[in-house]
Amino acid sequence: MSVTNRHIHGIRLPGGLSVARLRRAVRLGIRSLWLHRLRSLLTVLGIVFGVCSVISMLAIGEGASYEAQEQIKSLGSQNIILRSVKPPDSEKVSNQGRQSYVLQYGITYADVGRIRATIPGVTVILPARNIRDYVWNITRRVDCEMIGTVPWYPAMRNHRVVSGRFFTQDEMERQASVCVLGAEMVPRLFPIKSPLGRHVRVAGDYYQVIGVMEARGGAGETEGGAEQKDKSAACRMFIPLETVKLRYGEVLMRRRSGSFEAERVQLHELTVKVASLDEVINVAGAIRAVMERNHKNKDYQIDVPLEMLRRAERTKDIFNIVLGSIAAISLLVGGIGIMNIMLASVTERTREIGIRRALGARRRDIVVQFLVETVLLSGIGGIMGVLLGITIPLIVSHVAGMKTIITLWSPLLAFSISALVGVIFGIYPAVRAANMDPVEALRNE
Amino acid sequence: MTLPIVQIRNVHKTFHMGSVKVEALRGVSFEISAGEYISIMGPSGCGKSTLLNLLGCLDRPTVGHYLLGGQDVSGMDDDSLSAIRGSRLGFIFQSYNLIQQLTVLENIEIPLYYQDRPEAECRELASKLAARVGLSHRLGHKPFELSGGQQQRVAIARALVNDPLVILADEPTGNLDSASGVEILEIFDELNAQGKTLILVTHDAAVGKRARRTLRLRDGEIEHDVRH
Ligand SMILES: Nc1ncnc2c1ncn2[C@@H]1O[C@H](COP(=O)(O)OP(=O)(O)O)[C@@H](O)[C@H]1O
Ligand SMILES: [Mg+2]
Repeated sequence: MSVTNRHIHGIRLPGGLSVARLRRAVRLGIRSLWLHRLRSLLTVLGIVFGVCSVISMLAIGEGASYEAQEQIKSLGSQNIILRSVKPPDSEKVSNQGRQSYVLQYGITYADVGRIRATIPGVTVILPARNIRDYVWNITRRVDCEMIGTVPWYPAMRNHRVVSGRFFTQDEMERQASVCVLGAEMVPRLFPIKSPLGRHVRVAGDYYQVIGVMEARGGAGETEGGAEQKDKSAACRMFIPLETVKLRYGEVLMRRRSGSFEAERVQLHELTVKVASLDEVINVAGAIRAVMERNHKNKDYQIDVPLEMLRRAERTKDIFNIVLGSIAAISLLVGGIGIMNIMLASVTERTREIGIRRALGARRRDIVVQFLVETVLLSGIGGIMGVLLGITIPLIVSHVAGMKTIITLWSPLLAFSISALVGVIFGIYPAVRAANMDPVEALRNE
Repeated sequence: MTLPIVQIRNVHKTFHMGSVKVEALRGVSFEISAGEYISIMGPSGCGKSTLLNLLGCLDRPTVGHYLLGGQDVSGMDDDSLSAIRGSRLGFIFQSYNLIQQLTVLENIEIPLYYQDRPEAECRELASKLAARVGLSHRLGHKPFELSGGQQQRVAIARALVNDPLVILADEPTGNLDSASGVEILEIFDELNAQGKTLILVTHDAAVGKRARRTLRLRDGEIEHDVRH
């Protein structure tokens, strides 16, 4: 007899149960389950699917909300974004007015002045004018959204320059003909050589390429609703705001169902940066008030990324609660299935219980024997569910190209709940087995 | 002489079946000394099994006292009775009562299992006893692969493995053909010759004769108690 073995035998668990006895009970339980492996497998399926669905649904949900949140965050959580929107009731007027009508709407330079003057807590303001046109490199052509903006655009919008540089204050003041391309355009306009230092043409004007911006949001096409709600192109090119003013003035002509339509829009977009995160909501309220007072018809739209983020988080919380309830129900159903089988097993093994009791098993030894089986069943089901639940998101992200995130806590939680279900639903059959009268149990055929 | 190892003092056992009271034992008293070989006989329904269940600590007397090895077990709780069954008693049943999914060796080990003996020790003792009943070559077999006589020998080995004070057997030859039955009875004779105390319930007079003392029951009372 080895010393360690004696030592192990000396250890007692609560309830006067020795480690050795528990170890044997586990071995016995595994054997008994293996003896009825098909039955065990079928019994455990409820738990397997319960655990699996929790983990995979959480992973898919987490992935989706992560992507949404990343998109929102990329707008800058300290930013408030105002956009010019064509007011809905102006459509009719413009249709009647036909060619000669010039539609005026949107955010104005006066708005910029008012916001800067009246609202404290605003640090930086980023105006932008967007013009849609074809951009050419000799014979190659790309439909593009040209954004006339200011030098601090990349910093404020968390949009990095990947090669070259953004234009400077000096270039803007000089109304220089320089441009920074969006990464999406590069392969289409300059498939072979680097675009840096080369020129692109828009209508009759040439711009020298001085930098390239990173692609937005991974996949250029599936960009978040808030960022590019309207018909804008996937391709973007950045030009100094003053240059755009010089080249295009404020009246834009658009071809529309055979006729021309003119629009006068001073600024298409305005990004306001708030000094501290805590003030974002208040400042957004103040801006809304200022804008409402000065724009009788709603020709603008205000997006607050922080608010969108909060909403997305709330949505995620609700999603998790719903998911949690579904998981709880499916685990409950799985637990009832296990209990049902264990009750049948207790009846089937009445004789064995009687024999064990006659040969010295205490009630709690019988409880442990059956409880161990139930916990093993649900534990094995839990492990199978975890494995399956980790695999499914991997397959989904591989096949459907969706982002999935498996957080560490979700398999842990799902597994411990399934083990807990085993204990809870195992107690009743086990206690019933233990409370059998040994004499009666032995008489059982 | 040494103290008797079994003392039954004025034991009554009453079963309640709804409103009907069944008095299975009505004031039974006797003593058994170490090394005795005693058979309990009597017609069906006279209370033999009831008495054996009490002797086996599977049940408690309604009235009276039962002292096993000088210790009064009639008022003990369930856990203590379990411990006594596991450490001081050996059971042999008419229908062998082996656990079907366990091997011969594992069946023999069961009483030791609940005594928390180290595994290697269990294994060693169990195989020693299997050898004693002539089953060393069947250690890994399952009960259904054995004949009735062999199964009952496994049960005997199991009853001996914890070195009990008393071995209790309820109709041990009842399910066996006469040749196997004789084999089992010969083992009993041997055990008694080695000093084991045996209590055997039977209604077979030939079986009862092999014991050196017979306790005859009738309607829950001792009709007579003879040594031969
Ligand atoms: N658990 C029980 N419940 C009710 N009556 C019982 C119970 N066990 C035994 N009896 C009754 O007690 C009497 C003695 O039974 P038992 O000891 O089994 O007799 P034997 O083994 O000698 O045939 C019988 O009348 C039987 O019906
Ligand atoms: Mg009987």
